Amino acid sequence: MIELFKQPNINWMGKAKYFYALSGILLLAGWTSIIVNGGLRYGIDFKGGTNVDVRFAQPPNVDKLRSGLVAQGLGNTEIQSISDISNPSSNEVLIFVEGKTQDDSDLDASRVKVLNALNATYGVASSNKPDFNAATPSSLAAFLSEKDPLFLSVNAGDRYQQLAKRILDYRDKVSSGVLTNFDDLSKVGSVTPPVLTAIKNNYALGPFAIRNVEIVGPKVGAELRSQAILVTLYALGGMLVYIAFRFEWVYGAAAVLAVFHDVLITLGFFSLLHFEISLTVIAALLTLVGYSMNDTIVIFDRIRENSRLLRKEPFADLVNKSINQTLSRTILTSGLTFLTVLVLFLMGGQVLRAFSFALVVGIVVGTYSSFGIAAPLVVAWNHWRGRGLAAGTGPAAGNKTSGSENVSGRLAPAGRR
Amino acid sequence: MNPNLKWRALSILLIILFCVYYLVGLPDFPKSFAQVKENFGHQIKLGLDLQGGTHLILQVQVQEAIAQETDQMVDRLTTELRAKNIHYDEVRRADDTHVLVRNIDPAQLSQFRDLVSAQYANVWDLTPTAGDPSGYTLTLRAAAIAQIKDSTMTQSLETIERRINALGLTEPTIQRRGGRNDNEILVQLPGEGDPTRAKAVIQAGGQLELRLVEDVRTYSSESEALAAHGGILPPGTELVPGRSETRNASGIQDTGVTWYVLSRAPVVTGRDLRSAIETRNTNNPGQFQVNFTLSPEAARRFGPFTETNKGRQMAIVLEHRVYSAPVINGRIDDSGLIEGNFSQESAHDLALVLRAGALPASIKYLEERTVGPSLGADSIRHGVQASVLSLVVVMLFMLVYYRFSGGNAVLALILNLIILLAVLALFGAVLTLPGIAGVILTIGMGVDSNVLVFERIREELRNGKSPGSAVDAGFDKAFVTIIDTHVTTVVSAFFLFLFGTGPIRGFAITLTIGLIANVFTAIYVSKTIFQYHLAKMDRQAELSI
Repeated sequence: MIELFKQPNINWMGKAKYFYALSGILLLAGWTSIIVNGGLRYGIDFKGGTNVDVRFAQPPNVDKLRSGLVAQGLGNTEIQSISDISNPSSNEVLIFVEGKTQDDSDLDASRVKVLNALNATYGVASSNKPDFNAATPSSLAAFLSEKDPLFLSVNAGDRYQQLAKRILDYRDKVSSGVLTNFDDLSKVGSVTPPVLTAIKNNYALGPFAIRNVEIVGPKVGAELRSQAILVTLYALGGMLVYIAFRFEWVYGAAAVLAVFHDVLITLGFFSLLHFEISLTVIAALLTLVGYSMNDTIVIFDRIRENSRLLRKEPFADLVNKSINQTLSRTILTSGLTFLTVLVLFLMGGQVLRAFSFALVVGIVVGTYSSFGIAAPLVVAWNHWRGRGLAAGTGPAAGNKTSGSENVSGRLAPAGRR
Repeated sequence: MNPNLKWRALSILLIILFCVYYLVGLPDFPKSFAQVKENFGHQIKLGLDLQGGTHLILQVQVQEAIAQETDQMVDRLTTELRAKNIHYDEVRRADDTHVLVRNIDPAQLSQFRDLVSAQYANVWDLTPTAGDPSGYTLTLRAAAIAQIKDSTMTQSLETIERRINALGLTEPTIQRRGGRNDNEILVQLPGEGDPTRAKAVIQAGGQLELRLVEDVRTYSSESEALAAHGGILPPGTELVPGRSETRNASGIQDTGVTWYVLSRAPVVTGRDLRSAIETRNTNNPGQFQVNFTLSPEAARRFGPFTETNKGRQMAIVLEHRVYSAPVINGRIDDSGLIEGNFSQESAHDLALVLRAGALPASIKYLEERTVGPSLGADSIRHGVQASVLSLVVVMLFMLVYYRFSGGNAVLALILNLIILLAVLALFGAVLTLPGIAGVILTIGMGVDSNVLVFERIREELRNGKSPGSAVDAGFDKAFVTIIDTHVTTVVSAFFLFLFGTGPIRGFAITLTIGLIANVFTAIYVSKTIFQYHLAKMDRQAELSI
């Protein structure tokens, strides 16, 4: 059999100082960055405003775009280009307009202004033909049915609807929403020369397409933000209660502290590398909470089991042994999961970028915190209670009659086996 | 072989068959691979973030409906007090939920109390006004407020549903949001890239009224109209502005406002409509109008009314704007028309709104998201490519590292995914981006469960146990850990489901289903395979792990 570690014998608890120092440095760096930047960078979900995601046929001139926006009275906008490892020249930009007022018509107005600016700056002004890159399946189907370039007699409506859908699927899925040359459409099944000619004669090719519009009222943003924080705290509280019930409260507290530490460090990395916090990032943070908790419990479980078997062993040694015994599992699982999210981060496209970044950071930090933070905290607690000598009396915090029988009874709740 | 084992194998097989059938066998049993794909797409619904479409959150201004109830109470009370000949100085609305009655004739106080408690006690709470011995305050009861809110929400939801459904979009979702946001409505329009039209249709108030014009002149401003009447309008009339904008090729243009003096009481309202339909305007080619017919009951009122008011003007008022004010040329029983510079589409939408009925309160938009079809397609492609690639890497690794047992783990992982997707389809849940996050955590924990078990078995083997007892002990010991990790995560998912909205809930649901499926596959299924294998293999042979 292939084995990563034969019999590891590492004194983890002896290195607790270094772990604390490392965590301290990471927390300090991240949160200094957060404070210097004036808080976390929230995505539109949490700050409100208007986001318009536009894809251009040619690389857009951002200065020209900005002056177009200013001409529409949108002085305070952020223009961010989106590129991708798999597609470095995606010609895509994200325009963000802050929404300061609660008035809904005003929010909608920003969208209209952005569209007007785009049309004025890049629009096909010379021709009055409709833009093919803005055509909807129903409008294209209606046009094809009227022209009837295939001279269909049976089920013409249905068949043109299917054809329209296929053509636009090509535009959206193969050329990512912006068609640059009508002739490309001939690759679509049953687009015959007459169909192509009909489309060419009727439509013009606009130089951009709107890929995504998000408008969130500022009140909603604030509400979502407080809700996300609350929900995370509730979930952590629920975990604390369960672990306290299954182990002891100090285990629950240590596990929750460790997970909290992971979330704080990940948020710090978000600030350092200028990623935005959105609702999907919250889902990723919750994933990381679950993952890190999982890792911690595996180690705690071993500690519980070992303290039944090795009552004479000093508690710190027992914890070391437990971590060493689960080490190959920890490395394997974390390594594989890390690989999964790394692939997602590299290949997942822009929508998944921030999401998978949270996981890439989170899995490393989450794995580290289970042996670097959670376990040392439990050991420190036991040491502080002056019971760090023998494992049997170790985790018996709050237990007045500290007989070892009693303790192991608590550590291995009755009825589990 | 152990008969118990056979039953276990059979039950597992049945569950797998059911899940696979549910995922790809419905609605028609597939005969080709394309059909398998189509069935799968039919069963697994994608969320708007993956499919493209429009997502709107709107807030119903329920406070308006409450204020309206209070206004109506003022009207009713005034009429009742006059009819009963009870003297008072003033009945007025203090705020949205309070009505003040000032200075009632002291001799008639008990008569007043009896009247109110006999008719309105269920809805209004009567208390003496502080500092006014002959005054009373009526307060709308909390239960009545809740009831008004609820009926306003229900009515808004139904009206919006009728309007959206009439637009003929595919599978729209219109639902009330629960919890603290209970005056909000979520509208999802899959595949709809431009929400402008849907928004216009939803937001249209749709309040149609036919009212008598009390003054043949029209005015260019409010003050001009007031001056013409010596500063005060005739009783029972009010000033209503005309429609100020006209539509042309370049958009909406303001053409100035005209003011009409109209009777306060409408003859006919939107409730009296039986149908409305757009037709071509014969006088202005290219323009459209909306024809409507009245219910028989309204027609019985309308007929005599038009008879007596022949030669006078009748204003067609929509959303507190006069659309037109034609002269009544003769008796009209049950039909009429609304003219205005309508295109076919806008006339169609107006007719639709009129048919669907008026909203009980106005609507405000809180959130609007439009995901274009190309972005959704990109997200799916990237997400699926990445997931498949990483799954393949993980599986290959498991096979290399654990050999035969790795195959066991790969099977367990695949089964886990199949069960997860089938249960999602069974619940009609949609797969969203955060849902994919749930799937990833599920895969992670699935790998973890297998690794935990295998490492345990290896440990037991190292301690010199026989393959059979090492497998038993490995599963037994890992079981506790697996249950603890899974229950902890399900507990947190439960809280996320309880307190989260939309995307967070999607994550919680996917995760919970995935974890339950994982306990089944990583323990029950995997152990069955091991035992099956052990029963077949040579007693002396080594376990491939």
